Amino acid sequence: MSPPKKMRVDLALIAGMVAPGSRVLDIGCSDGTLIDHLFRTKQCDARGLEIEMETVTLAVTHGLPVMQGDADTDLITYPDHAFDYVILSRTLQAVEKPREVLRQMLRISTHAIISFPNFGHWTLRLQLLLTGRMPMTQTWGRMWYETPNIHPCTIRDFFALCEQDGYIVEEWLAADEEGARTPWRRSRALANLFGEQGLFLLRKA
Amino acid sequence: MDQSPPHPETQHQSVTFAEGLTLDCGRHLASLTVAYRTYGTLNAARNNAILICHALTGDQYVAEPNPETGKPGWWDNLVGPGKPVDTENFFVICTNVLGGCMGTTGPRSPHEDHPERPWGTDFPPVTINDMVRAQKLFIGHLGIEKLFAVIGGSMGGMQTLAWAALYPQHVFAAIPVAAAYYHSAQNIAFHEIGRQAIAADPDFHGGQYWEHGVIPARGLAVARMTAHITYVSEEALSRKFGRKLQEAEGLSSLGERFEVESYLQYQGSSFVRRFDANSYLTITRAMDLFDLAAEHGGLLANAFKGTKTRFLLVSFSSDWLFPTAQSRAIARALNHVAANVSFVEIKSDKGHDAFLLDEPDFHRTLRGFLSGCAEHAGLK
Repeated sequence: MSPPKKMRVDLALIAGMVAPGSRVLDIGCSDGTLIDHLFRTKQCDARGLEIEMETVTLAVTHGLPVMQGDADTDLITYPDHAFDYVILSRTLQAVEKPREVLRQMLRISTHAIISFPNFGHWTLRLQLLLTGRMPMTQTWGRMWYETPNIHPCTIRDFFALCEQDGYIVEEWLAADEEGARTPWRRSRALANLFGEQGLFLLRKA
Repeated sequence: MDQSPPHPETQHQSVTFAEGLTLDCGRHLASLTVAYRTYGTLNAARNNAILICHALTGDQYVAEPNPETGKPGWWDNLVGPGKPVDTENFFVICTNVLGGCMGTTGPRSPHEDHPERPWGTDFPPVTINDMVRAQKLFIGHLGIEKLFAVIGGSMGGMQTLAWAALYPQHVFAAIPVAAAYYHSAQNIAFHEIGRQAIAADPDFHGGQYWEHGVIPARGLAVARMTAHITYVSEEALSRKFGRKLQEAEGLSSLGERFEVESYLQYQGSSFVRRFDANSYLTITRAMDLFDLAAEHGGLLANAFKGTKTRFLLVSFSSDWLFPTAQSRAIARALNHVAANVSFVEIKSDKGHDAFLLDEPDFHRTLRGFLSGCAEHAGLK
């Protein structure tokens, strides 16, 4: 098994939302750091789905249950309520059908935990306003014609979608680039302006 | 073609079950002999056993020189002390399959009603499930209630799937490698060419070749040659041989000229020395009959309902005989029942044969998976 690693701060925030002993699917789990953490510290039955084959191989090599697959096409293969939590971290903006992926997540699981980079952050707004061109930041670091992030959204956009599709936001927070919690907890408008990432815990109404 | 005589039959370590075995076809084998090899030590809790299932032409000599051919064990690079399937931690078992010709009951065994001659083509048709039931008897004989893992490639992968479906309570982890849950029309078609080649050999004598002191060497060699093409990729053949000619003055319409031809002929002729033609017919048919979905109302997921077994599926990118799509379909069926499943496709240009060869990514993956499972099983 892999030695304990220092985990990305946003993953630590996500882990904090997961109840001990629960069944978890981490979509876009990368090398499986989070599922390893959830197994070791919370005795979760945690599994991963990852699209990059080399990353999958790395995760399995570390003894983690990860399968190669695609959020857009593979979630339909799981039964209803197979999990307590399904996690999608920093991936929603890159899937082909975000709304459908969300629907599938809340079909196969009681809870969905989603994090995404906030396109409403003030630096992006300012760049677009001043230069008239697609913003480029550390998070949004690739040109519009080659970015995998084909579905950017803002924190407010996401709230709107949840409302429209009837998902209950049990918890939410905004975080900075490193994943540290930011103090915009009470104001969606401020979070949408100053939060670099949004993190949501959803369940079906 | 090389016409060396068959290797002499050797004594194999085996155990005989007097109760016999009832087969899927309804026939009952009055007595069942299972030839086997084991490596490593069974721990006191008897929970560190790994069963390895061999492929169509494999045998029980996984990790030691084959006593008949003298060649290294067929999974020697994978199984042994310090190797990915580490015999210092695990007790590794391999049995010759039912219908085989290396000591387990098969067409070459004495006929039940006429012990003075072999079964030959009278041997009842067997299935992958029958092979697994024979292995289950043997595992019970060793006093093992639950296998830590079942691992197998190709037809061995079919057995692994059958184990997980038949005996879910007795398998902690299942690792079908380069496997399929049914034999496709294309697979069956290639097998049929082989069977026809054997049947067309005048030395076959309707399967009673021993009476004439011959073996259908040509037919069996052609069967092996055809099969061998399906085990390798176009890319690997091109890399190895391309269109290279053997030392030759010129091309003639017959006779060995291209290097790939003599390579295939070598594959064919060395195979007939070690394998029984009737066994080949029996086992290829067992593979053709395999369809785990059909056995479960047409829905593969039903085969694994409620399973607690942890799965690792491995496919190889250039394998066109048991392609990745097959492994992916199995992984998805396992998702349907929310099973614990890992799935990787290993990049390789070596075709189906890759599962037997030195593929570091495959070996690392398997080692890691076993180690993770050992932790979950409380083995360390």
